[in-house]
Amino acid sequence: MPATLGSPLPTIGVLLCAWLLIALLSALWPSPDGGTRLLFPLGALIGCGLAVTAIHALTVLPQGALEWRLALPLGLPNRPTHLALDALSAVYLAVLGCVSAGVSLYGAGYFRAPQALPQGSPPGLLCCQYHLFLASMGFVLLAADAYAFLVSWEVMALSSYFLVVTDHRVEAILEAGYLYLLMAHVGALALLLAFGVLGAAAGGYTFEALRGAHFSPAVAGAAFALGLIGFGGKAGLVPLHVWLPEAHPAAPSPVSALMSGVMLKMAVYGMLRLCFDLMTDLAWWWGLIAVALGLFSALYGIVFAAAQTDMKRLLAYSSIENLGILFAALGLALVFHGAGMPLAAALALLAVLYHSVNHAFMKSLLFLGTGSVLHATGQRNLGRLGGLIHRMPWVAWLTLVGALAIAGLPPLNGFVSEWLLLQAFLYSHEVPQPFVNMALPLGAGLVALVAALSGYVMVKFFGVVFLGRSREAGHLPVRDVDPEERIGLAWLATACVCLGLLPAQVVGLLQRVAVQLRVGVLPDNSAPWWMLAPVSGRQASYAPLVFLAAFVVFVLLTIGVVRLIHRSRASRVEPWDGGFGSLDKRTQDTAEGFGQPIRQLFEPFFAMRRQLPSPFDAAPQYRVTIGDRFWELLYLPLAALMQRASGVIVGLQGTRLSGHLLYGFMTLILLLGLVL
Amino acid sequence: MNPLEWFTQILAVIAALAAAPLFLGWVNQCRAWLQNRSAPSVLQIYRGLRKLFNKDLVVAQGASPLFGAAPYVVFGTMAVAAAIIPSMSTRLPFAATADAIALVGLFATSRVFLSLAAMDIGTPFGTMGARRDMMVGFLAEPALLMVIFVASLLSATTALPQISERLMTQSLTLSPSLAFTAVAFTMVLLAENARLPIDNPASHLELTMIHEAMLLEYSGRHLALMEWASALKLFNYACVGFSLFLPWGTATGEAGPLALLTAIPVLAVKLLFAGIALAAIETVSAKLRVFRAPEFLATAFLFAVLGLLVHILLGG
Repeated sequence: MPATLGSPLPTIGVLLCAWLLIALLSALWPSPDGGTRLLFPLGALIGCGLAVTAIHALTVLPQGALEWRLALPLGLPNRPTHLALDALSAVYLAVLGCVSAGVSLYGAGYFRAPQALPQGSPPGLLCCQYHLFLASMGFVLLAADAYAFLVSWEVMALSSYFLVVTDHRVEAILEAGYLYLLMAHVGALALLLAFGVLGAAAGGYTFEALRGAHFSPAVAGAAFALGLIGFGGKAGLVPLHVWLPEAHPAAPSPVSALMSGVMLKMAVYGMLRLCFDLMTDLAWWWGLIAVALGLFSALYGIVFAAAQTDMKRLLAYSSIENLGILFAALGLALVFHGAGMPLAAALALLAVLYHSVNHAFMKSLLFLGTGSVLHATGQRNLGRLGGLIHRMPWVAWLTLVGALAIAGLPPLNGFVSEWLLLQAFLYSHEVPQPFVNMALPLGAGLVALVAALSGYVMVKFFGVVFLGRSREAGHLPVRDVDPEERIGLAWLATACVCLGLLPAQVVGLLQRVAVQLRVGVLPDNSAPWWMLAPVSGRQASYAPLVFLAAFVVFVLLTIGVVRLIHRSRASRVEPWDGGFGSLDKRTQDTAEGFGQPIRQLFEPFFAMRRQLPSPFDAAPQYRVTIGDRFWELLYLPLAALMQRASGVIVGLQGTRLSGHLLYGFMTLILLLGLVL
Repeated sequence: MNPLEWFTQILAVIAALAAAPLFLGWVNQCRAWLQNRSAPSVLQIYRGLRKLFNKDLVVAQGASPLFGAAPYVVFGTMAVAAAIIPSMSTRLPFAATADAIALVGLFATSRVFLSLAAMDIGTPFGTMGARRDMMVGFLAEPALLMVIFVASLLSATTALPQISERLMTQSLTLSPSLAFTAVAFTMVLLAENARLPIDNPASHLELTMIHEAMLLEYSGRHLALMEWASALKLFNYACVGFSLFLPWGTATGEAGPLALLTAIPVLAVKLLFAGIALAAIETVSAKLRVFRAPEFLATAFLFAVLGLLVHILLGG
């Protein structure tokens, strides 16, 4: 469908340009605060508009016509920039708009606080980079040719790099930023090659041309592998994950929220676009690689999350886990799609989309919660926090929603996507391949293990930060948050609850993506509006709204009856000390202690260094440091190899004039030999 | 809307609430007999609950509202779970709101709230209990899910009533895959309900307790609700086991009200024997060290996987 003035595509384009305009305005703002007080809420408003437009586009999208297209005479000479909007990009645009609205509103309060930027970039510059980052993600989703896609992708990577190094006077943050930049460019290079391979085979660089072409298995496989490196690197798939736990904690919290919540989803979007839209004839077994990598990343991420003592690193590792689950679900969809099982493929694809949406909201919420804690206490170390539920009740209760959601507990949203994924896994024994049909169902066990472990991690996170007693006396006077921050947090928490309680409506919207990608269609069953029954009511159904209502009624009844029977008085006493009489904040369990069972169970995962005291130490110290094995196994050898190679090259370059003449002569001989 | 079905639904919840302490009392009595101790009355649990409900509430300083809310949340989730499990009849109108996977989620919710409440005061025992309980929980959950997976593959549904109905149409034999998963399920039941060999329900020795450590700060009606909820959890697990492995005798829709009248005694007999079996298992096993628990639950998981492979290879 060509884009007319009233259609959603130009509206979305204008909204993204409005973000760019805000970026420009904040860079030129006269006063030193960079207009953050005004511009951030304005950006949030634009985000809302974007979300509404995208959801509207999703609902009015006709089943037959797939998208709106637009060719702008921008970019390379004689090569217009193509933009398009279809169901897939509309879903992710809605996520971008909705999440960024909450985060921007929160940012308005956060970046105004005096302790936000002790020595970093000026607020105006930050606001500029922030909105540039948002707009670039929007254009990644709208791009309909490889050139526009890669340019937006690169702008996204660069703007987020500058946001990560906001506190650029801290050495560790600069190092984290450098690592991020390096990994982002290795990934971008892989993507460039992937699109290059496809474009050369198809004879065009627009998505339209790629869609129409047929690729040989070798070409499709190469593009898939390169895409997995490029997008998987962005998503933090193991072993390309090392940048993630460094870069996400380094950034200011609203930026971490956007990076973890939204930017990582761009990788999922890209992978979906590549595998289901651009390449139609991909061998099914490539999906198995994605499943295996995804499940391994999920387990690896969550095990490391359990062992962390820095709350933002913990959340970053949990993002690795969630993206692993997403890639596993994506791979599962590919396997089912290739094996000709449309219903199962549609279920798995819905799980990918639903979990993308969910994770965007819950992880942003948690990162914003840590931002408030960080502002209030100046501490990121779990070992120095505790008891904050008394002093920051708003943040605590809203963060609890996010923590329960990400732990996959009903009736919140994280459970729905987990449920859909497990429903999809139930079909995995029907894959017509021996061994695969036995191995794949075990993946469901792994998904369950990861989900249960994420419950463990979230109990640790919430329990250590907000419950118990304060572990450090020297906190700044803790305040609860500004109204803007409160609204931002509440916005995201409400979204988590709504996505959890109305799964049938959300699935109804997301299903349009499965239809558009020709993956499969869920049967039309006559389930009532409050019940999610993707296949049929007899096979599986889930109605969170009803059982929440029943739960609430029952709990109210219980409270009523208990109070009626006996009006017992409540008195407050000291907690029971087991007869020793010296309970204080130091006798509580620590974050290290809470992670200890996991450290012991999954010991082979960790590169652990224990520093044990000797009996003669005057001041005995016990210290455990946990490292990532992939540094020693992969990255440090690689870096050493690079060093040695560059050493050799430096040696070659450093000769006298006669040596250079010799190189020239030899090159000439070599070329002559080739030509003749 | 069928009035009989709704009546059955409400009856199922009330029966579970009422009979759960009795079942626990029966298990305790059997245990005492098998261990040559003089047995407490089967009604002992009720007496304990009555005593606790009548006591004043003592709350630790520094407890947040979460601490007071947790008993209600835990009790409520267990009651909602009881409404889903087809213990007497498979025609439960409420069962369509949550399938077996959601049931696992409900159990996880109650566990998370219990653990959070245990961490709320900031005493070392509470946090230690929370971490150990979460460890047992995260190891048991995959095993439980694999058990449900096998049953779902056999009956092509994840809804518990449909699984039961499907199995009831078969003859009175246990298919080999279900036999393996039944072993796995029993092990999960022991671990999840803080029974031997994972946790000793009768022990208050600080270094070994798991479940009791989390309840140390509770008193009065809060403690009563928590104890009742854990009795209900054991009852629920037993009923899930019956619906997956011994569904025979449960009333189905076609039979009408008369079937319900026979289903109640059948359930009572099943619980009677389950209690004896549970007591026997607990009597012959010794408590494992905390760090042997993963091996125990990994074995449970492997049994469930064996069941799965047997199903896929033999189709049985």
